[in-house]
Amino acid sequence: MSEPQQSAAAAALQIRGLSKEYRRGVPVLRDVSLTVAPTGITAIIGPSGTGKSTLIRCINRLVEPTAGQIFVHGVDVTRLNRRKLREMRRSIGMVFQEYNLVERLTVMENVLSGRLGYMSSIKAWLRRYPQADIEAAFELLDTVGLTDYANQRADALSGGQRQRVGIARAVMQRPQIMLADEPTSSLDPKTSVEIMELMVSIARTRNIPVVVNIHNVPLARRFATHIVGMTGGRIVYDGDPAGLTDDHLKQIYGGEDWLE
Amino acid sequence: MTAESTARPSRVAFTPNWSARLAWLGLAAYALYAASILDVTWERFASGLEQGARFIARMFPPETAAEKMALMLRGLYESLEIAVIASVLGILLSLPIGLLAARNLMPPWLTWPLRLLIALCRSFHQVIIAIIFVKAVGFGALAGILALTVGSIGFVAKLFAEAIEEISLKQVEAIRATGASFLNVVAYSVMPQVLTRFVGFSTYQFDSNLRNSTMVGIVGAGGIGGTMFAAFQKFDYDYLLTILLAIIAMIMVSEILQNAVKRIFR
Repeated sequence: MSEPQQSAAAAALQIRGLSKEYRRGVPVLRDVSLTVAPTGITAIIGPSGTGKSTLIRCINRLVEPTAGQIFVHGVDVTRLNRRKLREMRRSIGMVFQEYNLVERLTVMENVLSGRLGYMSSIKAWLRRYPQADIEAAFELLDTVGLTDYANQRADALSGGQRQRVGIARAVMQRPQIMLADEPTSSLDPKTSVEIMELMVSIARTRNIPVVVNIHNVPLARRFATHIVGMTGGRIVYDGDPAGLTDDHLKQIYGGEDWLE
Repeated sequence: MTAESTARPSRVAFTPNWSARLAWLGLAAYALYAASILDVTWERFASGLEQGARFIARMFPPETAAEKMALMLRGLYESLEIAVIASVLGILLSLPIGLLAARNLMPPWLTWPLRLLIALCRSFHQVIIAIIFVKAVGFGALAGILALTVGSIGFVAKLFAEAIEEISLKQVEAIRATGASFLNVVAYSVMPQVLTRFVGFSTYQFDSNLRNSTMVGIVGAGGIGGTMFAAFQKFDYDYLLTILLAIIAMIMVSEILQNAVKRIFR
């Protein structure tokens, strides 16, 4: 029992035998096992509907796993009660495909909402954030280049700007690991690269391991240090970007006509 | 015409909806039948118009005696107080009730009883509820306040719950993912999405309460209604006109205030 616990603690994330069925008998994830190192970018590639979003949402239990264990820095999140789960979520940042900003709040309120897990309801309602958090939020806005937009409402921003706010909100949590669910799928190719560069550079400077779902293979090859290929709810490739061959891609996405 | 075009039958762009046509026909037939049963005739309406004109003529000029004006102002002020207190109470109670009745955030065992409660609050007109409260707590403004509070919950809580059921859950998911407590999730992802609509429902309900507060007095639940009803029964139509004009003025002032409030919260 102690041996796997130790190996789990060494990794940022370790998943063992994870399965998920939304409807009984229709598994979306089948016995998924995965280890993510304490640093670096892990890209999960695979076709739409193959369970990538479900997998990433199981890690912070926005989706409840059906079976299996998930260790985040050695703690099994599947065993946490509601209060402990909330505490755990504070240290897991998340970036979403459609940004999921609160549209009617300002950019600053959206960034500071990354600290909500530490705020009492009264202080959160009255926007009484610690000055240190406010300074940190301004620094992050400087980093993502949106300082001038701090008091604009989120619904006034373009897609790329919104995703920058989304990244700032996740980093504001000072997370031990960052999850990103198709963060560039709603963006144009140029903005996609910029967003990936921004996320990767912030993660590197702050030593945050990132797990990112992405169906764009060139983007994954360009930014990832570790690639996981999924198809039909199973992992079929787990290794270096260099080791990913056309044969693997054929197996992951099916067919070959789309390969250049 | 070529042989080719005559061979093909002309195509129909709009298929006739026979069941809808039958429904309209049935509705018209029932309206005519009901009118004949209820003795609704043109002659009665015409003679009624004549009597109405005589009634309005007797209302002029409006009463302006100081003592009656003072009585009216007292009644009007009481109506305003009833409306304000009932609106504040009703809206404050509607917030938690509406939130807990929203089926996208709450489990069925909680939403069902609350939706039942809201439906109960809505099932009777405020005047009927006022009659019950007059029996329960006696004559006066308290009965009116309670009746209008119940009515406000029926309206505001229902619409508030429906507004919450239409919000984007993506924003809720994002705030939940930060480890925020339930109350913080509500404050940062639910309320921002529904606040303007909630302000809209609330000002509308205040307007409705203001008009209803002039009426609950008829059954003894306080406000200008009692004075108005007495004037009716004593054939004191001059005074009645004064009261009606005062009510119109009050409603118009409140209309202006509501627009100001909506502008602030937009």
